[in-house]
Formats: sequence, structure tokens, C-alpha cells
Amino acid sequence: MHKLALKWIALAAAIATPLAAQAHKMWMVPSATNVAGTDPWVTVDAAISNDLFFPDHHAAPLEQLVITAPDGQTAKPQNAATGKYRSVFDVALNQQGTYKLALVNQGLFARYELNGQKKRWRGNADELATAIPAGAKDVQVTASSSRVETFVTNGKPNATALKPSGQGLELVPVSGVTDLVEGEPATFQLLLDGKPAAGLKVSAIAGATRYRNAQDEMTAQTGADGKFTLTWPHPGMYWVNAATQDDKSGVKQASKRRLSYTATLEVLPE
Amino acid sequence: MRRLLCCTLALLLAAPLAAAELDVTVQIPEQKVAEYHRPYAAIWIERADRSVAAHLAAWYAQKDSKEGAGTKWLPDLRQWWRRGGRGLSLPVDGVSGATRPAGQYQLKFVDGQAPLGTLAPGDYTLVVEAAREVGGREVVRVPFTWPAATTQHLSARGSSELGTVSLDINP
Repeated sequence: MHKLALKWIALAAAIATPLAAQAHKMWMVPSATNVAGTDPWVTVDAAISNDLFFPDHHAAPLEQLVITAPDGQTAKPQNAATGKYRSVFDVALNQQGTYKLALVNQGLFARYELNGQKKRWRGNADELATAIPAGAKDVQVTASSSRVETFVTNGKPNATALKPSGQGLELVPVSGVTDLVEGEPATFQLLLDGKPAAGLKVSAIAGATRYRNAQDEMTAQTGADGKFTLTWPHPGMYWVNAATQDDKSGVKQASKRRLSYTATLEVLPE
Repeated sequence: MRRLLCCTLALLLAAPLAAAELDVTVQIPEQKVAEYHRPYAAIWIERADRSVAAHLAAWYAQKDSKEGAGTKWLPDLRQWWRRGGRGLSLPVDGVSGATRPAGQYQLKFVDGQAPLGTLAPGDYTLVVEAAREVGGREVVRVPFTWPAATTQHLSARGSSELGTVSLDINP
């Protein structure tokens, strides 16, 4: 129970405080982003950590995993396992095209005080009514919506799996998503509930932060059309993140909705 | 009779024009390493916008296995893969071939014939990419203009996975 509570708190810290730059980072890293052959597989790490991409804090919850195959259908992960610091799963890429791997979270987060003690709760809208005891004071309910994604292409890329759902903060690639090369500008579009998300700050941090003395964060701003462009200074795996909040929680007890989007993108040498 | 002669003459004159040739020489250097594998290599012609005008050669392991022994590692030829290799249905006749040991290889491509096909007049680059298992990767580029008015000898040199790459254009 204690362990579970800790897990939720860590998750909440990673998910529900998107505006805090020091929050732990949630990510997935695939073993390859471009594959070929007759029976290609990738193995994927999923974790919440401080260092990119070293699992040093909590495993990512695979209950949230949704894999979309190139034909738009859902594919199943294989050999999934969750350890102390890291979850792992395999994907057999049976189809030609681009797969989207996403950890999707839609939930509610509450803080309240009961008999002088601070409490936290996390769950969904159906559970909310019964979750908070009658005597609770200073109840604050926040809705959270987050997506943590990465992409793998078998052969030639396609865009079917990349169609936005229209819910929360989502990324639509303009110049490819498994096709990124150092020094080449890459353009993406951020959508909020399916509409261009204007004026959002997007940050990108290259992996291997343990081996340098600065985060070397790059930033970009989305335009009126939700589009932003990043030019990768060197090859590597990049953690790209954007966050915002609004009042469209969809739940009457929650006045605020916090949204975040994260993608792990691979940039190859020219 | 006279008309026939004219036609023959015209054909004779036209023939050398139609048969412009690209002679490509690629050198694969010897590597002083304990574990050596022959490099995968791709040779193609790129337009000014970097799209592929013609795939000339792709050398990769031809032995089949359940992983698709050769094709599994083709994305390691990163540029070629991204620029168009991944769109091919392999093997491609006259393009796919076995990996080559260290040495110098001469390849002849004829205008109007596969795999070169017909190039529209313009600026192009001959690109050779090589990637070696547990080794390195290198890309050598030789820019040229097509068609050439006179015989051209162009070359560029790699430093690790490729030696001299030369391009002779015989108009």
C-alpha cells in the first residue's frame, strides 16, 4: 500500500506538475527507430527519471501503454515486465510503416486535509464521488492529461498511426518523426483537443545528461498554427516536452486541467 | 537509297549521344581490424533537392535467414535508407548485389538503360555510402552536371570506410 501510494505520488509529480521544470521526466526509449527485414522487433524501456535516459527513480506504468500499428489498429506489447526503476516491453513490427507507442494518462488528482493531515488521491472521475471523505477540508481537484510517446518505423514511414485523437495535448509531425537528422530543421505541430496549440513553450533535451554538466535545453515556441521547429545540434535521443493548463477539465469538481506531451525522438548523424 | 543513307548517317551520329555513360569506380579499403565484415554499400544519384534520381547499387548480405539476414541491417546505410532505400522492394534487378571484399570496383551505367534510366539535364551528386558491422560508416559525394559537353573525370576521397570514388562521364 505504502509502495503504491509512493508510486502514485511520483507519477503525479511527473504528470500533474508539468510547469515545474525540475519534475521527474517520464519517457520511453526504443532500441531502434528505423528497422527492416522479415521479422523486426524492438525492445523498449519506459521509466520516470531525473537523468535522461537512465532509469533512476520509478518504472513507468505499462497499464497506460497504447501501441498503434501502421494500419491504425492497436497492437499488443510482448514480454512486458516492470522492475523497480524501469518497465520493459517488446514490439513485433509485423506491418510496414510507422508505429506509435504511447503512455496515455487521463485522470484526476486531489489534495485535501483530513483531521489536520494532508492527503492526496489519484483516480478517475467515476471514483471521485466516493474517494474523498465527508470531513475533508481544502479539497483541490485537478484533472491531468498526459501523453508520453515514441515512434518506430518498419521500412517506409506512414502517417495513419499519427492521426491525433483530438483529446489533450498531441503532436503531429510535419517533417517526419523517425526521420530526423542532425542540423536539419524538423517541424511539428502541437494540438490541444485537436486544435492548434498556440504560444506554447516546447523544450528538447538530448539524452546522456549524466555525462555532461548542463542540461543544454533547447526551446521553441509554437506559432498561431501550433507549429514549432527544432534544429538538432547533434545526433542522439531527444526528450521533447510541452505543457500547459486550462479550465476544460470536463469534471465539475476540477477547475483546472493540466496537460503535458512528451516524445522521445531519435536524431541520426547526417 | 539516298534516303536510307541519310537515315543510317543520322543513326550513326545519334548513337554516341544516346549512349552517354557514367563510369563509377569505388574503392573499398582494407581494414586492419580483428573482426572484419564486408561493408554494406549503396550507390545512388541525388538531385539538387536531395531526392533520388537513380539507385545504382546496393550491396548487402544475400544469405537468407529468418531475420532476413541482409535486409535487417539495411537501415544502417542511414542516408540511403532515408533518401529512398526504404521505399524499394528488394531485391532490385541490377541494383541489389552481394557485399564486396576490399578492392577497387568499376561499374558502368548507360544513359537510358536501367538502373540509370534517363536523367533530365541538371545538377546531380553521385553518392556512395558504406557501413560496416562493428565498424564505421562513411558517405562520399561527387557532384556533377548532366549532360556533360566533354569527357569529365571527377573524384572524391573517403577517409575510413571508403577510398577514392571517381566518376567518369563519357558524353
